[in-house]
Amino acid sequence: MKKFPLVLFAASAVAMQSCKMKDTESAVSGDAASKVYVAPGKHDEFYNFVSGGFNGQVSVYGLPSGRLLKVIPVFSLNPENGYGYSEETKDMLKTSAGYVPWDDQHHLELSQTNGEHDGRWLFANANNTPRVARIDLTTFKTMEIIEIPNSGGNHSSPFITENTEYVVAGTRFSVPMGTEDVPINSFKQNFKSTASFISVDKNTGGMKIAFQIMLPGMNLDLSHSGKGPSHDWFFFSTYNTEQANTLLEVNASQKDKDFIVAVNWKKAEEYANSGKGKKLPSQYMHNVYNEETQNTNSVIENETIVLDPKDCPDMVYMIPCPKSPHGCDVDPTGEYIVGSGKLAALIPVFSFTKLQSAIQGKKFEGDYYGIPVVKYEEALHGEVQKPGLGPLHTEFDGKGNAYTSFFISSEVVKWSIKDLKVIDRSPTFYSVGHLMVPGGDTRKPYGKYLVAYNKITKDRYLPTGPELAQSAQLYSIEGDKMQLLLDFPTFGEPHYAQAIPAEKLAPKSVKIYDIMKNKNPYVSMGEKATKVVRNGNRVDVYMTAIRSHLTPDNIEGIYVGDEVYFHVTNLEQDWDVPHGFAVKNAANAELLIMPGETTTLKFVPTKQGIYPFYCTDFCSALHQEMQGYMRVSPRGSNVPLKFGTNVADSAKVTASK
Amino acid sequence: MNIKTIVFIALTASVSFASCGGSNEEKKDTTQTPPPAAAAPAAAAAEDAKGHGKFTNVELTHPIDAKMASAGEKVYDVKCASCHKLSDEKMVGPGWKGVTDRRSPEWIMNFVTNTDEMLDKDAEAQAMLEVCMVRMPNQNLSDQDARDILEFMRKNDGKN
Repeated sequence: MKKFPLVLFAASAVAMQSCKMKDTESAVSGDAASKVYVAPGKHDEFYNFVSGGFNGQVSVYGLPSGRLLKVIPVFSLNPENGYGYSEETKDMLKTSAGYVPWDDQHHLELSQTNGEHDGRWLFANANNTPRVARIDLTTFKTMEIIEIPNSGGNHSSPFITENTEYVVAGTRFSVPMGTEDVPINSFKQNFKSTASFISVDKNTGGMKIAFQIMLPGMNLDLSHSGKGPSHDWFFFSTYNTEQANTLLEVNASQKDKDFIVAVNWKKAEEYANSGKGKKLPSQYMHNVYNEETQNTNSVIENETIVLDPKDCPDMVYMIPCPKSPHGCDVDPTGEYIVGSGKLAALIPVFSFTKLQSAIQGKKFEGDYYGIPVVKYEEALHGEVQKPGLGPLHTEFDGKGNAYTSFFISSEVVKWSIKDLKVIDRSPTFYSVGHLMVPGGDTRKPYGKYLVAYNKITKDRYLPTGPELAQSAQLYSIEGDKMQLLLDFPTFGEPHYAQAIPAEKLAPKSVKIYDIMKNKNPYVSMGEKATKVVRNGNRVDVYMTAIRSHLTPDNIEGIYVGDEVYFHVTNLEQDWDVPHGFAVKNAANAELLIMPGETTTLKFVPTKQGIYPFYCTDFCSALHQEMQGYMRVSPRGSNVPLKFGTNVADSAKVTASK
Repeated sequence: MNIKTIVFIALTASVSFASCGGSNEEKKDTTQTPPPAAAAPAAAAAEDAKGHGKFTNVELTHPIDAKMASAGEKVYDVKCASCHKLSDEKMVGPGWKGVTDRRSPEWIMNFVTNTDEMLDKDAEAQAMLEVCMVRMPNQNLSDQDARDILEFMRKNDGKN
């Protein structure tokens, strides 16, 4: 009996070598567990930043363990810590259309210097209400959100150039430029796609829309910048070059080839700087969080610079690409551009060198709305034949290999860039979307692992009713063959992801905010500075929190309908000692206040009564004692304003105005 | 309890800590701090009176340094006053009146800058923890902040 499982195991390992497995157990070989085991107290090797899709957030996992480390609120409200609810952060979600408290977050890109991760910022796109966010990697906090005008479906975003000169935003849904009211079926005449280039300040990370390139109405799907020799170029995949505005499932799948749009962004930059662009009135919101004052500064911008390829020769070219390409990925050398035609039965690989000589030699097959279309064969390095069904995305290991996800045939295929031969294939469970190799879209991939972010979960975990967590799968790519190591459930619906070695971020992770540098206008610098101030119907409560009491913790003289602002300063200066703050019947959220921070919750009591408030984040042995009361009296009554912690009734009384 | 017993308890505490501490780092710390058991008990007690940390010899000035004392008061207001009164009344932590008589200058500065290690190893700090039942938060004081605080405590105790 003892030998039996061993035999079974050996048999299954052989089976895996010999044919494509669709069976879960047979796909995992013996040492997988030890390769993902991170002992208690030990740290993971990589930070894995994973887009949240329809939850609008970004989650952070450790690799290889697949453990969830944090969820960073970006485009969606987060009642858990008050992001988007607190007075300090609510304007982060402001747009030109008002407050938009949710979005669909698809892609992430870590900032780069010389084509390698520099560990400074993480950029995130919002697909639904077009926006791009910047997250600081010392605090893991969203610092800036800029809205993209003249755009719908900001999908081919937020991919960046090699020195983070620009973050791009390309429209999946073409829309009319400006504000003209036009019929939907005038798509061909009036709808445009735009590729926006957002400049990033080298020192502060501050974003600014530098220019928008106006392109014919079509769907810009994904994009990646060139590298090394192709540094000056950006490549966007397109579909719906049929320009359908209804039943795209059929009508946008008519042509055998769509395009890869090749944009010379250096040239575009020159045109923009030399005044070749037209100024177009366009309203968009720009929200910047200030770490010192802990407030969001929201500014409405009113204009963009639009570059029309008609006025800007040699700026944009089209490369035909079969069929409805999705991923548009550039290999680490910058020479090869992979278009993954999701309805094609092959993978075309384009050569940057060939593209350049085709442009020099004007080897065009025609034009698309005036933009030269390079002959397919003239730009083609070659095709990967019969790779699988439904190629979507490609990542690279830096050793000359590419890994492409296949949605329809549910597998990852490893192939050689040079000779375009398939080397290995491994099933995914099920229907993989994006892939991620750590550093896999930079000049220097770290390799080692590959994560498949699957779209369909089915039977992978214990069932949880109709809605299931999306599954991610970790593979080792160290050997010739891919080895499935681990399944782990994820938060939201991950699309693209990034990973960076832990040692590039961990040492600079911020532990506390220095309270002596707290410039929030409502800070209480110590309990002595706490107070309650009435101004008409507005009441400002300057409160402090420290293990384990709130000051003031007794407040009287508040009336129904008052706008009460609790400005809570956490006086702690120790790592991992946040305090929470919640008040009964508050109609919004709680606050989580990090050490040294001041955060504000607005509360409008609608009924007379006693309102307990308390710390929600277990902070000490006396956490359960960290509570207080606010007395709310009927409007028109004459209860004087009174507040304090542990003071005799007569003390610290101020008259109500 | 005489001094010998205190030292004995302190040593036992650190030995048992070393034996259950998991990481090498912690072990390194503990092996450095306690003096060998065979050393003269009086010397060990003197060490102990200074607590655990980098401050081994603090020079006091007479009269007190008014500038430092006033800087210390500012730090006190923001980082200490929530829990410590200036009288001898205990709030969350003990009142500060008389603290400079109860503790050595080194012990005070070590405790306010190296709080966690002191709470883990120092017998006096642990005895206070049993009274207060709240671990004193590490308030991230700089060395100068700690010196300023000490001067403010001396002022509060009427020292000159």
